[in-house]
Amino acid sequence: MSVYPHTLPAGRGRGRRSSLRSWRWRDRIVYLLAWLSGLSLCLIAAAIVLYLLVRGIQYVSPSLILTRPTAGIGQNQIGGILDPLLGTLLLVALGTAIATPIGVCSAVWIVEYGRGRLGRRLARVVESSIEIVAGTPDIVIAILALALFQVGALSFLSFTASGGGVYGRSFLTAGAAVALLAIPPVFLATRDGLEALPGHQREGAFALGKTRIATIRRVLLPGIRPNIATGVTLGMGRIVGDTAIVFLLLGVGAAERIEPQGGVPGLGILRGTGSTLTSYIYSNSPAGEGNAPQKAYAAAFVLLAMVLALNAIAGFVSRRGSAGGMSLGDRVRLGGWS
Amino acid sequence: MAAARNSLAAEHGAHEIPPVKRIVLDRAPTAVPPPALDGDRAPRRRPATAGPERLRLEGVSVRYGAKAAVNDVSLSVHQGEVLALIGPSGCGKTTLLRTLNRLTELTPSAVRGGSILLDGHDVHELADTELRARVSMVFQQPNPFPMSIFDNVAFALREQSRKRPRRQQIEPHVIDALRRAGLYDEVREDLNRPALRLSGGQQQRLCIARAIALQPEVLLMDEPCSALDPRSTETIEQLIGELRRDLAVVIVTHNLQQAHRVADRVAFMYLGDLVEHGEVEQVFREPRAPRTRDYVRGVFG
Repeated sequence: MSVYPHTLPAGRGRGRRSSLRSWRWRDRIVYLLAWLSGLSLCLIAAAIVLYLLVRGIQYVSPSLILTRPTAGIGQNQIGGILDPLLGTLLLVALGTAIATPIGVCSAVWIVEYGRGRLGRRLARVVESSIEIVAGTPDIVIAILALALFQVGALSFLSFTASGGGVYGRSFLTAGAAVALLAIPPVFLATRDGLEALPGHQREGAFALGKTRIATIRRVLLPGIRPNIATGVTLGMGRIVGDTAIVFLLLGVGAAERIEPQGGVPGLGILRGTGSTLTSYIYSNSPAGEGNAPQKAYAAAFVLLAMVLALNAIAGFVSRRGSAGGMSLGDRVRLGGWS
Repeated sequence: MAAARNSLAAEHGAHEIPPVKRIVLDRAPTAVPPPALDGDRAPRRRPATAGPERLRLEGVSVRYGAKAAVNDVSLSVHQGEVLALIGPSGCGKTTLLRTLNRLTELTPSAVRGGSILLDGHDVHELADTELRARVSMVFQQPNPFPMSIFDNVAFALREQSRKRPRRQQIEPHVIDALRRAGLYDEVREDLNRPALRLSGGQQQRLCIARAIALQPEVLLMDEPCSALDPRSTETIEQLIGELRRDLAVVIVTHNLQQAHRVADRVAFMYLGDLVEHGEVEQVFREPRAPRTRDYVRGVFG
């Protein structure tokens, strides 16, 4: 035992730890369980990825991705997944475009404006409403949205039959419904980011004679950009993976094709019906009508790749912006937001 | 203790005293202090006459809910001088400081009495944004915004106008503010660096640059050096001495030596009351109130 650090014998980086033998039984069991459950989660994740890699990648080819799907018996041989792929991208874009401003603005309102006795009470109501939305199964959201969009006044959003019957099915209506899935993650990530911002940053801006709105726009929101990006990416992940809303509101046809509605090119697609990768997987799986499991595997592989890419982006964005050591990104990414 | 050292020395052999790490003296320290502003650190020359009165407090009281924080304080602050608010923790110094630019209004329970006049006009009549641009503030914790060095200062300058002024238009003002805060020479190579990459002392000087970019009449400082190392503290103290030529400075400090070094006048607060205020030498050497004497005794041992 020397007083001077430089006379210490060159040793290993860490000191000796207490041996497992001296632990109590209960602690040993919990220790073991912690290791086991962690490892088994790794195994499950690896199994999913590997299985889809093995089953899916052999059917994935440029031609599959670039050709449009076809209906019919011969589906095993012909047709690709271009339309479902584009449908997924379009739906994600629509849902995110609707959900991001709503989620961010409501979080800003809750944290920065929901003050005073009435404001705080209202803020709590808003928060629990969003929690309810977050906890609602997507099939419930789907039937509600279907009921809403079949109202005649909203017929301009969707496909209308020749007899005047409103189907309520289109990219627009489905996009509005999937936005509900994406709002909670965006909202929660933004709210937590704003609440975690040190108060002196707000005061610093106020002390320069800045208005509240200028403070929010120029200081607070830029400061939590990584949080917002994480929330948005997580919301995208939820939209990508959704099936029930797609089935009820996108009007998936047998061919899984995007069917524009009306003459205007861009708007026609938005008002028209279509499909996504999830609906494609379902209808081509042995459970669906198509019975083309190879295609389902290929599509599943593409879908998984998209989700993994989104997660990677979320991780990258939250790490890059975390000068202040924000752990929120990690928490949100692991799904601990609800 | 001595015995232990002896036995150690015996263990290692008397001549094996551990070497002392040598510090390279011919190399400049990594945190370069800005070029000396006044050079001397001896008691500063006092300004011949204090400038015009900027702030006048008449019977100012603040309470949070039922709890009184500041009782009936009357003071005046003149241009060209540094007023230090001293006193033990929780005696209302910071509250009083934050009342001067109405930052206390951010706390819903705070209620203010009395009147504060800025150049003869009640600060309550002014819009809070205008008041805070004229009475700007530096905080205890350096709080640069998460943007570039340039934008930190530019943010202060950009008015709430419809059209954002372009970079070329405000660049000279930004550089001037950085220069006055003694930071420009250290950051001139890359003004687009994120401000959060700067060291603590540099961040605080950036905050000062931000605050003085607005050309305020009064600069409030809430323990600006308490989060900083001695070298940065010295730099900022020099800076305060320099800045007071153009504006009135009110500084809250726990550090009596610092108050003695930087202040021209000192106000001693205790439990929300203004016990005594006057010239710095008078308050420190011949305090009138016994309470003040007890508190400042630490300064001269």
